[in-house]
Amino acid sequence: MEAYENVKGRIFDIQRFSIHDGPGIRSIVFLKGCVLRCKWCCNPESQSGKVEVMTLDGKVKTMGQDVTVKEIMDEIVRDMPYYKRSGGGITLSGGECLCQADFSAALLQAAKDYGLNTAIESTACMSFDKIEKLLPYLDLYLMDIKHMDSEKHKKFTGQPNELILENARKLAEKAKKLIIRVPVVPTFNDTPEEIEAIARFASTLPGVEEIHLLPYHRLGQDKYEGLGRKYEMAHITPPSEQHMEMLLKVAQNTGLKAQIGG
Amino acid sequence: MAYKIVDVEKPARITRMIDRMYDHLPEIEADRAVLLTESYKMTEGEPIIKRRAKAFAHILENLPITIREEELIVGSNSKTARGCQVFPEYSFEWLESEFDTVATRSADPFYISEETKQTLSQVYKYWKGKTTSELATSYMAPQTLVAMEHNIFTPGNYFYNGVGHVTVDYAKVLKVGYRGIIAEAELALGKLKVSDGDYAKRHEFLESVIISCNAVIAYSKRYALLAAEMAQKEQDENRKAELMMISKNCSRVPEYGAETFWEACQSFWFVQMLLQVESSGHSISPGRFDQYMYPYFKKDLDRGDISYEEAQLLMDCIWVKLNDLNKVRDAASAEGFAGYSLFQNLIAGGQDIHGNDATNDLSFMCIQATMHVLLPQPSFSVRVWNGTPHEFMVKAAELTRTGVGLPAYYNDEVIIPALISRGLTMEDARDYNIIGCVEPQKAAKTEGWHDAAFFNMCRPLELVFSNGMDNGVQVGPKTGNVEDMNSYEEFFNAYQAQMNYAIELLVNADNSIDVAHAERCPLPYLSSMVEDCIGRGKSVQEGGAIYNFTGPQGFGVANMADAMYAIKTLVFEQKKFTLGELKDALAHNFGKDEAGSAPIDSQAITEKIVKQLMETGVNVTKDNIAQIYKEVKKNEDANESNAPSKYAQIKEMIDQVPKFGNDIEEIDTLAREVAYTYTRPLETFKNPRGGIFQAGLYPVSANVPLGAQTGATPDGRYAYTPVADGVSPSAGKDIKGPTASANSVSKLDHFIASNGTLFNMKFHPSALKGKSGIESFVALIRGYFDQKGSHMQFNVVSRETLRDAQAHPEKYKSLVVRVAGYSALFTTLSRSLQDDIINRTEQTNF
Repeated sequence: MEAYENVKGRIFDIQRFSIHDGPGIRSIVFLKGCVLRCKWCCNPESQSGKVEVMTLDGKVKTMGQDVTVKEIMDEIVRDMPYYKRSGGGITLSGGECLCQADFSAALLQAAKDYGLNTAIESTACMSFDKIEKLLPYLDLYLMDIKHMDSEKHKKFTGQPNELILENARKLAEKAKKLIIRVPVVPTFNDTPEEIEAIARFASTLPGVEEIHLLPYHRLGQDKYEGLGRKYEMAHITPPSEQHMEMLLKVAQNTGLKAQIGG
Repeated sequence: MAYKIVDVEKPARITRMIDRMYDHLPEIEADRAVLLTESYKMTEGEPIIKRRAKAFAHILENLPITIREEELIVGSNSKTARGCQVFPEYSFEWLESEFDTVATRSADPFYISEETKQTLSQVYKYWKGKTTSELATSYMAPQTLVAMEHNIFTPGNYFYNGVGHVTVDYAKVLKVGYRGIIAEAELALGKLKVSDGDYAKRHEFLESVIISCNAVIAYSKRYALLAAEMAQKEQDENRKAELMMISKNCSRVPEYGAETFWEACQSFWFVQMLLQVESSGHSISPGRFDQYMYPYFKKDLDRGDISYEEAQLLMDCIWVKLNDLNKVRDAASAEGFAGYSLFQNLIAGGQDIHGNDATNDLSFMCIQATMHVLLPQPSFSVRVWNGTPHEFMVKAAELTRTGVGLPAYYNDEVIIPALISRGLTMEDARDYNIIGCVEPQKAAKTEGWHDAAFFNMCRPLELVFSNGMDNGVQVGPKTGNVEDMNSYEEFFNAYQAQMNYAIELLVNADNSIDVAHAERCPLPYLSSMVEDCIGRGKSVQEGGAIYNFTGPQGFGVANMADAMYAIKTLVFEQKKFTLGELKDALAHNFGKDEAGSAPIDSQAITEKIVKQLMETGVNVTKDNIAQIYKEVKKNEDANESNAPSKYAQIKEMIDQVPKFGNDIEEIDTLAREVAYTYTRPLETFKNPRGGIFQAGLYPVSANVPLGAQTGATPDGRYAYTPVADGVSPSAGKDIKGPTASANSVSKLDHFIASNGTLFNMKFHPSALKGKSGIESFVALIRGYFDQKGSHMQFNVVSRETLRDAQAHPEKYKSLVVRVAGYSALFTTLSRSLQDDIINRTEQTNF
């Protein structure tokens, strides 16, 4: 057994048969802890690095389990036939997997030992030396860019965007493949101008060819209540299909390959 | 093989033909029954095989014929579309007693006129005491009849109807025509020695074959004439030309070998429909249509005589006609086979006899035809192996995405070795097709008796708890008081003992029916197209086929696996309750509907009250909520009887235990063992045709009506609710997504269940969205098949859509869903079956 298989980290879920976060059929490992506090976040239970209790459908669930890389891989490899047939693999999500950079790197390395495709879904809001730990084992970086205006970014996510944009430029050089993703959130970034600004920035990144527009959804709402927290976006309705189509065209105009959804 | 994919648009003619076909309730017609009876009265005392042949000829000579509007392929066994004939030689009492309810029943209603009722009542007088059903009953052991009365199993299908479940030698008819088959029979007759011990039987059989084949030739000539007459009167020049061509086709085929693709289609159709005039057996399966039709298509194509559009139209016409055939079943069977289904399984793709990929242009066109008609028939299937072209899988997946529940996917890598293990040659195994729902066999050589009974694996477990008693009657062996069982092994052995006993009775029931069919309803026409009936000089019912099987299907594997696991862990390992307490809880249906059984949830009630207040505009403060909660809680505490009953508590504990379908090694292994309690004993028995029994694991749709006869089970299933379908996990119990569910099911031994296994999966349409959705879907099938699963089928329709269809059936008349090994129009299904489909776990993507 390799030493990195014993590395421990804190996760709150493993979701199998994911087909939207990287190529093929994938399993997503959700890691605890995040740098941002996006108001629309659909996984509020991911934000705190601490173990929490959440009530859902009348059942009390403990969010946060400390597990080793090996324990996770034992579950991941059960779907090996499907990864192989689809060119899929593992995606780390969260939360922000960079909050547990050593653990994440170990997990990706273990996945690579099995020949899996590896991806992370990340805000990249972290010092670059942490990010670099993951890169040797990473096939695809799905990076969120939520807004080009730092002030608005801060207002809705709790953090300014300078570090994120700087890391985006570095990742464009160093990551094997980088795809930019934008959660499209009404009242935050759903105007054509805002989307265009992000897409234009993405199009200047060397090697970046794709941008994904992910329409805001409310699936996380009950979780806020379950955590005893207030859902600040309750008044927001998801963007209409027509609106998304319009934004898609805006993004495509920058020359990028754009799509709605992951 | 190289192939070309040409996607042809849906012809407008097909839309019109379908609309006309579904604009009325199907009707029961009496013509066949009257003609059959006339003939039988004239042939009293003659050998039965001859009587069958003569009756068939008499029917074909006089059965009303009709060419429906715009048809290109002709031949109908009813005057009105989707009408049906009846078959009193198998059984009739049920229909007589249902005359007044058959039009209004929930599953598969049929219109029947007063005149038809009277005619049939007259006819039925003749049949009393002469049916296969009555003879079979007289052959059964008394304990078998008791077990059937107590719903341990039901052989209803062949007990009341013809056997069907066969794929005949279409290729041979296409090639040599019935003239060729007659010549073969004459040759065999010529070779007979009058001194042969079995001369009489062989001689009668071969003559009966010749009578039947001649009857079919004469029947096709009637159509040639009718088409010519209609052509003469036709004003529209295009239609006139079509009718003349139809007339020409019917004058040549199926008498002679087909020269053109159109002739081949017409010839195929006569075979397909006339088999369903000779007998009422369903699952007359066209099998590898893309293979045996291909030479005729290729010849026309190479000569420049046909375009892809023209060929597609002819195929579409056949697809429509397959839905024109119909059959009335008794009310109980109609529940088990709901949706007017005839299970005519047609399969595309797979390997040739040498192990090369056999996908051709027609394979793709079969998918296209299914997309064009979007109807339940044919039960369309595809064969998948490691060499199956990816684009074929993608095309099939695109059909799945329409939500029609077709195709079903079959795994060559499991089925071929499974069939070889049953004695088929390698070449025959590679050439398999599917019968009915999921049953593999080699066409034109097999009498597989594939759908021989429904065996409910939950019932023997109930008998373990009652020491073999059911409603005061000793139905199973005395396996001891369950309270005295001290180990899981002891309990499991008791189950196996109950199973063994019930299986023996099942074998007795099937074999009794088998003999009755051989003695009362041998089928010379069908036998003329199954090897080696002519060589052996006997019908398939008497053992004329090369391969003979009996395949009764068990179901409830998931329930039994979950039950055994719950007992193993909760009773024997954790000692949470005793078998006696469990028995008590089962007898009380886990306290469901009993006063005071519903656990009260103060928190939920508080939330509800608060929500209601807020909705009416009341501003609710934290203090208010605390106050409300206190009140509710006080109520709960005061009302002792509102605490969960001990039965409900047992259920709650059972519900907490992990279930089959979640990729948990220990439970999946247990499921494999549980399935063996049925599959292993069964294969030790023989049938009267010289073959063996082989198990299937699939329920058609009987898991719903037969579940309604089953008490509560230790997996936490409430009494009288549906049992798990096929080898699928119990509805809603597989919660870790489709890959985990598929992994669990793949752990079963699909090889020993060589009569087929059935794995249902339901997807929300969003899971198959876009190219990536299709690609992942294909990979899911491939991944399941890599792990040696045998069959997979899908419903791709959202729960909301199905609920809406229940509420507004008029809006969803054409909504086709996958039921079990077949698809059916959703709105024609009974409410309980609709609910069962809605409740199946819906897989989404994340």
